[in-house]
Amino acid sequence: METTAVKQVDKVVIKFAGDSGDGMQLTGTQFTGTSALLGNDIATFPDYPAEIRAPQGTVAGVSGFQVHIGHAHVYTPGDSPDVLVAMNAAALKANINDVAKGKTIILDTDNFKRKDWEKAGFKEDPLASGILRDFNLVEAPITSLTRTALEGLGLDNKSMVRSKNMFALGMVYWMFSRPLDYTERFLSEKFSKKPEIYEGNVRALKAGYNYADTIEALSSAATILPADMEPGLYKNVMGNEATAWGFLAAAEKAGKELFLGSYPITPASDILHELAKHKHFGAKAFQAEDEIAGITSAIGASFAGDLAITTTSGPGLALKGEALGLAVMTELPLVVVDVQRGGPSTGLPTKTEQSDLMQALYGRNGESPVVVVAAKSPADCFTMAYRASKIALEHITPVVLLTDGYVANGSQPWKIQKTVDMDDIKPHIVDPTMLNWKPYERDSASLARYWAYPGMAGYEHRVGGLEKDELTGDVSYVPENHEKMVQIREEKVQRVADYIPDLEVDGAQEGDLLVIGWGGTYGSLLTSINQCTSHDKKVGLAHFNYIKPLPKNTAEVFRKFKKLMVCELNNGQFVRYLRAELPEFEYLQFNKVQGLPFRVVELTHAINKVLFEK
Amino acid sequence: MSVETLEYTPKDFSSDQEVKWCPGCGDYAILKAVQKAMPEIGKKKEDIVFVSGIGCSSRFPYYMNTFGFHSIHGRAPALATGVKLANPNLSVWQITGDGDALAIGGNHFIHLIRRNVDINVLLFNNRIYGLTKGQFSPTTNLGQKTKSSPQGTIDNPFNPGELVIGANGKFFARATDTNLKQMTDIFIEAEKHKGASIVEIMQNCVIFNHHIYSNYTDKEVKEDNILQVEHGKPMIFGKESNKGLVLNGFKLQVVTLGENGITEKDILVHDAHEEDSTLHNMLAKLPMPIVTGVIRSVKDDTFEQRMKMQVEEVAKKSPYKSVDDLLVSGETWEIK
Repeated sequence: METTAVKQVDKVVIKFAGDSGDGMQLTGTQFTGTSALLGNDIATFPDYPAEIRAPQGTVAGVSGFQVHIGHAHVYTPGDSPDVLVAMNAAALKANINDVAKGKTIILDTDNFKRKDWEKAGFKEDPLASGILRDFNLVEAPITSLTRTALEGLGLDNKSMVRSKNMFALGMVYWMFSRPLDYTERFLSEKFSKKPEIYEGNVRALKAGYNYADTIEALSSAATILPADMEPGLYKNVMGNEATAWGFLAAAEKAGKELFLGSYPITPASDILHELAKHKHFGAKAFQAEDEIAGITSAIGASFAGDLAITTTSGPGLALKGEALGLAVMTELPLVVVDVQRGGPSTGLPTKTEQSDLMQALYGRNGESPVVVVAAKSPADCFTMAYRASKIALEHITPVVLLTDGYVANGSQPWKIQKTVDMDDIKPHIVDPTMLNWKPYERDSASLARYWAYPGMAGYEHRVGGLEKDELTGDVSYVPENHEKMVQIREEKVQRVADYIPDLEVDGAQEGDLLVIGWGGTYGSLLTSINQCTSHDKKVGLAHFNYIKPLPKNTAEVFRKFKKLMVCELNNGQFVRYLRAELPEFEYLQFNKVQGLPFRVVELTHAINKVLFEK
Repeated sequence: MSVETLEYTPKDFSSDQEVKWCPGCGDYAILKAVQKAMPEIGKKKEDIVFVSGIGCSSRFPYYMNTFGFHSIHGRAPALATGVKLANPNLSVWQITGDGDALAIGGNHFIHLIRRNVDINVLLFNNRIYGLTKGQFSPTTNLGQKTKSSPQGTIDNPFNPGELVIGANGKFFARATDTNLKQMTDIFIEAEKHKGASIVEIMQNCVIFNHHIYSNYTDKEVKEDNILQVEHGKPMIFGKESNKGLVLNGFKLQVVTLGENGITEKDILVHDAHEEDSTLHNMLAKLPMPIVTGVIRSVKDDTFEQRMKMQVEEVAKKSPYKSVDDLLVSGETWEIK
């Protein structure tokens, strides 16, 4: 494989697409894992239908996995594939418009019979109609070649056909000079109890590899050298997994047990799955009977002294609204994770969007301020889950952590942190030396009340959803007290700004245009501003992890640029928030609401338009 | 159990808050019975938590000098579950009403029972909405006229006992707010029982549903119209202690001792510990006499015991002893 013919490329984007039963997610993650071990920088994006098995062979049932690997740094899964693997006609139909002329398309020709392309919605045979003329087409009868390769193993036809994804993976491994051992190891673990299935998969993988070599799928195999990464130990992480680990680390660091109250919902369920595996860390993953029980059980656990969290997506956050208000009123530590998806209502369950910001900020009855933070990449989910926990425990307040389907299911290399190097977390627990303690007594700097929970003798007290006296916490209907408490609760959240990092700017530190974003769009925005900065146009990126409160230097940063443009995957929610919070600035906005992440080309177009318009 | 625990008096459990129920409300007697039961349960004050939802009854935690949480409408079972799972050593009590538990909170109520979390639920059943001023509840008698049913209700009511048993409940007891001694004893039994213990209290609302239980609780009729069951004892009742229950086919029948050759040995003996809930369900549903006392009390693993067992099992098997072990697990690579 190491021949002089291997050429080096800087970055490559590959998309594996097939029926939702074809194992494309697995194929994609295998390619990702192998490339990660070779030291490439990576970003991935799975794109799958909401239905578990939509009708076979239809565009609705196409499941895809896009992976971007680079010797250079990559921050997004890529706008469009350099290589598309289409396991059937529907996968081609669903993706062909994303592939640029001259790029490579690998087709399983066994699934391009008349009934296949008709079902996919082609009017004529795509292999004959000429629409593929301008691509580097690799027509391979993948299904039948797999079947041939597996003959004699005694597998039934269904099991043989199921291995075709490994054949396709083998082909792509050859094309990019990847070794097979990572996937072989994976298969031997996965099928340790089914040796004949293991054997079949490995045979298919090798057959695909050798086939690509024989037919010379590309004019030559390519390779992507390791990326120039900071020294350290790395692993590939998915956003939801990183979120779960961030909470585990925070609980351990804070000396608290972790309680998760959650109800399954796409795309958040993987956090529940991950935490359910690690009960022995004191992680109590409680699958509740509904979303409301998810959050109220967490509030109960928080009242009783645990680091309590609840995980959900937009519709679930709507159901949790009243209870979140209870956590505001009772001033208890709580982290609510909203893995955003397209809405309103059931909306687009498997697609990404940033449209729950207003709900997180304001979606409750009464004046009900909570801290709102967001994660900007899969690996950043770890950091933000950790920091959200730290804020909740140190300020005794509910915190909403916004991620989204894109970062939750995407993956990237993460430089593994050691818990010893992470910031300390010191829960604001009542101090036994405090004399004559009152339940709503506060720290004068942070305004956090002191956490006193059952089991602590002498601290018996009652809390609840009725308005509280500002000191005793007893029920109070005194008009002035209510107004004062409303102000205190808001001020307590605002004072979190004294404890969070300043807003940092990527790219130009001052100049023509500041692109403003938040949450999961960081990778696309960063790639775009890097492409748009030139010697005479200075573009910076201010990407927010902390939304409420805003970092204290926000206005200072904004002042350094001539123009501000807020880019979001919604109809303009953050920009409205900024207009209300910092009305002294004029904001341009760029929005996309298609259930899809930003493409770099869309952003660079929008940025250049602002830079060059007269 | 420490010595000081034994020295508590009911007064130790009374908070400094003024009790604000209507004069004559049945809730006062329940509060008194709970405060009487507390010194007997062998728990330190700081290890007792009262959790409630919304409604008249749900103000209860404010009046107890323990940890307390007055939460939101219907959600107390879930909140109490969180409290118990966070710290299984706590004695957790949920105070609720017929609207809070059976209407808005019906879902959480049945799931608490199904999971068998060790929580004592005191269901104040006054068969009406009090705090919102007089609308019918899920236990209001069919046809009763209320503010929101001026022509009479057309909703079939729930029987709480039947619902508890239907949700696979292991402990169900019933008491009247007029019998302080029985309430106190039942509350202690509920605490002793490991698992979800549901106690329905027939509670009189003096304002919106006065006399709804008069037919059972008035002095002149109570002995004839209430059957107080006790485990291991024959189910005999009546002023003269001469009435009893027998099974006639698949139905319960009231008989008179000494008539038609009936003697005490013909009378059913109450077995609260019987796993099969058929008879318990029939007792819970009997309209006349109404059955009070511990109707069902069957041992089973609690949710938190099972959770603890799983945690220990995972701890034994898991290769990760700390979060750091987990973070470096799986495929990793070093960049120098």
